[in-house]
Amino acid sequence: MKVFILISVIASLVCINTSLAAVITVGKGKDVATIHQAIDKANNGDTVLVYPGEYHEKNILINKSIALIGIDRPVIDGDHAYEMISVAASNVVVKGFRVQHSGKSSLNDIAAIKIYSSSYVTIENNIVDDSFFGIFANNASSCTIRNNYLTAYNKGEQESGNGIHCWKSDSMHIQNNTATGFRDGIYFEFVTHSIISRNLSEKNIRYGLHFMFSHNDTYVSNTFRNNGAGVAVMFTHGVKMINNVFENNWGAASYGLLLKEISDSYIQDNRFLENTMGIYMEGTSRIALVKNLFKKNGYAMKIMASCADNKLYLNNFLGNSFDVGTNGSISLNEFKNNYWDKYEGYDLNRDGIGDVPYRPISLYSMIVEQNPPAMMLFRSFIVTLLDKTEKVIPAIIPENLKDNYPSMKQLSL
Amino acid sequence: MQKILKYVVVDILRSRIVLAYTLFLLLISFSIFNLEDNPEKGLLSLLNLILFIVPLISIIFSTIYFYNSSEFIELMVSQPIKRKSIWLSLFGGLAVSLGVAFFVGAGIPILIYQPNITGFLMIIAGLFLSVIFIAIALLSSVITRDKAKGIGIAILLWLYFAVIFDGLVLFLLFQFADYPLEKVMVGISSLNPIDLSRILILLQLDVSALMGYTGAVFKDFFGTATGITISFSVLILWIVIPVFLSLRKFKSKDL
Repeated sequence: MKVFILISVIASLVCINTSLAAVITVGKGKDVATIHQAIDKANNGDTVLVYPGEYHEKNILINKSIALIGIDRPVIDGDHAYEMISVAASNVVVKGFRVQHSGKSSLNDIAAIKIYSSSYVTIENNIVDDSFFGIFANNASSCTIRNNYLTAYNKGEQESGNGIHCWKSDSMHIQNNTATGFRDGIYFEFVTHSIISRNLSEKNIRYGLHFMFSHNDTYVSNTFRNNGAGVAVMFTHGVKMINNVFENNWGAASYGLLLKEISDSYIQDNRFLENTMGIYMEGTSRIALVKNLFKKNGYAMKIMASCADNKLYLNNFLGNSFDVGTNGSISLNEFKNNYWDKYEGYDLNRDGIGDVPYRPISLYSMIVEQNPPAMMLFRSFIVTLLDKTEKVIPAIIPENLKDNYPSMKQLSL
Repeated sequence: MQKILKYVVVDILRSRIVLAYTLFLLLISFSIFNLEDNPEKGLLSLLNLILFIVPLISIIFSTIYFYNSSEFIELMVSQPIKRKSIWLSLFGGLAVSLGVAFFVGAGIPILIYQPNITGFLMIIAGLFLSVIFIAIALLSSVITRDKAKGIGIAILLWLYFAVIFDGLVLFLLFQFADYPLEKVMVGISSLNPIDLSRILILLQLDVSALMGYTGAVFKDFFGTATGITISFSVLILWIVIPVFLSLRKFKSKDL
């Protein structure tokens, strides 16, 4: 008897489901001709299948919980005037489109795909081309943005938008996207508890990644390459950055990673390659920098005197012009067990730890900090002489900025 | 003129000092490249060597050679030969022998381990520095008659170009720290051939460090084709002017 009831319940559920979830097709010779009509016709839970073609429709507003799915990547074109897709309902899927030629407006922040105050929205497998903002999440939560390819061709900072822009959102998943040519590749403001992983952000005008007031977010395995000013993160606590690559950010004001007012965060297994400045830290406290690789940077790190209680353990410093730079005479950070390729000490008891401390900061780097044109004397004999004298009797460089337990061998990370 | 040039070169090679210099350079270059696992770092160590030792040897050797061959010069002057061709052969002989010594001693190891634009630029810079310091040595020694004084002046000149000049620049930088000196620095660097060569090579090596604002100014100037042309023209001027001045002095000198 019980079994019979169960079967009948399941059967009825299946019947209800099929009766609810309709499929509406869009295209030439299909159910309807335009996406607007399809959305008008659809109910919550329906699927709208869009067949290949070019759709020049003004501002498609999705205000029902539907799945909008493109087959063979149909084109939605904004004719350089409109926003293309606006999502204003929860549980929406937008998948498989080519969205191109959005309008430009600094007043409305026009985006190719924009989410308004919704949750559980999935944006995936879309190509966004020539857009002001790429994908814009406004007051969203628990949304997934993945496998999108975003390109813009903006010239100036003022007249361009961001690739993936999230504002006042929570629990977002940003995964495996590519953003090129925007102002900031990925921009977060007031976004919490989110995971950003495996994205590529390159050749953006300003920052590859830019976030502020975005607490407790995790960044894993992203690549930030060749952006105007690298990556800037500010006014945030509880950030985890793991296994990211920061490379080729060159310029007078360019940083691999700029940390400003960051606290209680964790930065591990990242690679900083060939940046003007690997990490620039200002007002940063209680963060752990562990097992990172700094290779061929101008400055591997610049730690301003406003930083305190940071722990720098087990990092590799290879082929940097300067290992550490600073602006003050105090240092409240702890260096331990790092490998420095410029270390000249010895290890008598053969425990792999150098017996004399390493001072990663040179007098010359402090001179350059105060007086940038002194760069002209880089690697000249007088500079070497000054540095050697200062290392023997430190007078100007911070006395306690040193690694007391430098590793003798390069660490395998 | 060719005969005198040939004679000078043979005479220098016979003295074996140049041979020892070549072997010394070879030994140091090969050991630097073999000891450093990273050839780029080897190039940096070699850079210091070139900027330091090559000018020193060039200036001291040329000065001593000039004083030692004063009798030979007197003999030549008594012959119906133009003073100009005597002087230029002397300069040419020194330039050829020390240039070849540098090329064999440092150039060949660089070509073996770092056959790229940086290595190439380094060889050119080394050759220029050799010749420039020969020219400077000839000028200083034609002015002073006394051998001890002449050698002393040569050492002082080397010290000035290798160390004191940079010290003065550093001093000036701090005195005028409130002024934008980036562009001025480009000009000042051309007052010292050692600094000029160093900056030219470094722009190939440490691009990321130099990309601060000063670096950007340097890169804008020295990184462009015009900048490189101008810097090499300045280096050539550093040869031509001392040679010309010394020639004028030598022509009217009472031997």
